[in-house]
Amino acid sequence: MDVRKTYKLYAAGEFVRSESGRTYKPDGQNNVPRSSRKDLRDMVKAARGAFPGWSRRTAMNRGQVLYRVAEMLDGRRAEFRDLLGGGRAAGRQVDAAVETWVWYAGWTDKLHQFAGTVNPVAGPYFNFTLPEPTGVVGVVAPEEPALLGLVRRLAAALCGGNTVVALASERAPLAALTLGEVLATSDFPPGVVNVLSGKREELLPWLASHMDVNAIDAAGCTADQLGQVQEAAAGNLKRVVPPGPGAEALSPHAGLDLMEFKTVWHPIGV
Amino acid sequence: MAIAKRPSTEMGQRLFEYAAAPEATDHLKIADSYALFVGGRFVEPHSRRRFATVNPATEETLSEVAEADETDVDRAVTAAADAFRSWSRLSGAKRARYIFRLSRLMQERARELAVLETMDGGKPIKESRDVDVPLAAAHFFYYAGWADKLEWAFPNRRPRPLGVAAQVIPWNFPLLMLAWKIAPALAAGNTVVLKPAETTPLSALAFADICQQADLPPGVVNIVTGAGSTGAAVVGHPGVGKVAFTGSTEVGKQIQRATAGSGKHLTLELGGKAANIVFEDAPLDQAIEGIVNGIYFNQGHVCCAGSRLLVQESIVEPLLAKLKSRLGTLRVGDPLDKNTDVGAINSRAQLEKIEGLVNSGIEEGAEIYQPECRLPERGYWFRPTIFTNVAQSYRIAREEIFGPVLSVLTFRTPDEAVEKANNTPYGLSAGVWTDKGSRILWLVERMRAGVVWANTFNRFDPTSPFGGYKESGFGREGGLHGLAAYVELS
Repeated sequence: MDVRKTYKLYAAGEFVRSESGRTYKPDGQNNVPRSSRKDLRDMVKAARGAFPGWSRRTAMNRGQVLYRVAEMLDGRRAEFRDLLGGGRAAGRQVDAAVETWVWYAGWTDKLHQFAGTVNPVAGPYFNFTLPEPTGVVGVVAPEEPALLGLVRRLAAALCGGNTVVALASERAPLAALTLGEVLATSDFPPGVVNVLSGKREELLPWLASHMDVNAIDAAGCTADQLGQVQEAAAGNLKRVVPPGPGAEALSPHAGLDLMEFKTVWHPIGV
Repeated sequence: MAIAKRPSTEMGQRLFEYAAAPEATDHLKIADSYALFVGGRFVEPHSRRRFATVNPATEETLSEVAEADETDVDRAVTAAADAFRSWSRLSGAKRARYIFRLSRLMQERARELAVLETMDGGKPIKESRDVDVPLAAAHFFYYAGWADKLEWAFPNRRPRPLGVAAQVIPWNFPLLMLAWKIAPALAAGNTVVLKPAETTPLSALAFADICQQADLPPGVVNIVTGAGSTGAAVVGHPGVGKVAFTGSTEVGKQIQRATAGSGKHLTLELGGKAANIVFEDAPLDQAIEGIVNGIYFNQGHVCCAGSRLLVQESIVEPLLAKLKSRLGTLRVGDPLDKNTDVGAINSRAQLEKIEGLVNSGIEEGAEIYQPECRLPERGYWFRPTIFTNVAQSYRIAREEIFGPVLSVLTFRTPDEAVEKANNTPYGLSAGVWTDKGSRILWLVERMRAGVVWANTFNRFDPTSPFGGYKESGFGREGGLHGLAAYVELS
């Protein structure tokens, strides 16, 4: 007889039930936390707290942590394949998820070289522009593919030094919640990544209007949801990255879309 | 309340005593002899010749390594050319996986590599442990990340590998120079024949073992040990598409001549005679540490060492007083001791070269200063040395000494500092110490050198391009520029 797992949220480095005590059964079998507004807010607080430390880590160090995720995920391929329904398509999805972490692990210390500039201004000034993380990012994972859809957005956001609160696929949250266990063993400081499950309609308005969230990756939003998110985002001028045809491609722009650009002037003269 | 004044002179002159703190070596296995690493296997040399590699701190033979002749080099290039066909066609993502593996294995075996590097080369364990090995692993990690992103690195330029890369590296940072060479070459899809220096072959052979442990396809990396003639055979082989050399300017010129008209791509990282410029507004204590790091790091066996100290006249006296006092606290001796600051000179030949140049400095009229320190009886050692009253025409101000010897010159105006700093055929690096940011950038604009350190010295990072102007060579290693040295672009 097997020991069954209680699926929990991954919040501030710990595994917790929803404070609301509610669950739902997306697959008709497993009870999954149906997170509340309070759960979401707690996670935003944790993500904000983790931001200074994570964003000031060296790019090299962030790369090592993202690569560690690939190592941890690789060791649990079989488990994830089964969670995603088994079969070759599920296997390919897990492989692609591992590859995505490796790919973005390589970008942490290259985004500056790719997108930074030195600007030859017409005067005795040294002038340069560099990308910096925008802050706390809300990631709305696509409903499908349940693992890879989330990983693509998560890895890109973390790569640049943001901290994340991620909404798992509503219909198939098990892979996302299990990914939390992988993230928990990959040397992220607590709070850098948080994963919650539940009903989009209950959670999205609060994520979109939260005044301490800086950007939303709306990859998993329907057209209606996107409009609502964009409107609510205006409250504190959140950057909203809409779902797009390029969302499935591995691209440094997926990371840079969630970054600010800072320009520095410094005089030159004896 | 009155604060008791510390008797500073006594404190400054007291010799600090440290208990011995040797690094353990029992976890390290050095074989009695090593073969060549060709086609993924260790193979006996065709030459049937071997030579000894010596611990410069004890003069004891550590091992016998193979001396590759032309036939051996030909076999290595053939193995690399065979491997190139599949390695260059492998997806970038798969190449990245292998290179990430190499990086991780180097991290896992870091202490073993550090101890080996120190025993074979004489550098202090704290440097090999904290600088050489971590940086070498970081280089592999950084370039692994480029292997699957070449199209992003060179958009619309169809990056293609160059073929077999012939790489010849020096003895001052054996494993780190190996990483600078091999990591970008593999990332771009090239295969490699690398010749380590004859006095420091062991860490490269340990790296060969790591290649096996990583299941790197046979022939992608080949290591041929030997001296100058082996290097000439590697560089001169017609099957090679790219030559990368780090070493002396003299040999660099020979290689440029030897490869002329061959169509081989060439990058050279050669000698230096860096100016380390200290302005009167510099934070003095910080500058002293930078000067010491600049010239005594790795016994001064550093091509970018800050070997010419240019000091603004108004602060010469306090600066020299502090510098001499600081020299008295440097621990010279057993490189395996964790407290050691200055280790052994790499070889007897190098020691003789340093002694010769130092004698020329004395004969030409410079004033020498060396702190009192006990040196071990066996091994190759040289005290940290400062020369004052140095004219620009003296050999010690013009030639690369590659030892712990600092020549002090002075200047009055910023323009004079620039003039003197650039008055050399070299152009690898420069240092500047001042509180004024605008002055740093003013000076940066005028330095004819590939790297300028401001209020720091001898910093290295895989993301940061390194290389020289003028007779310090051409091409860059590190960063995106370092990757460009290993691709053909449309």
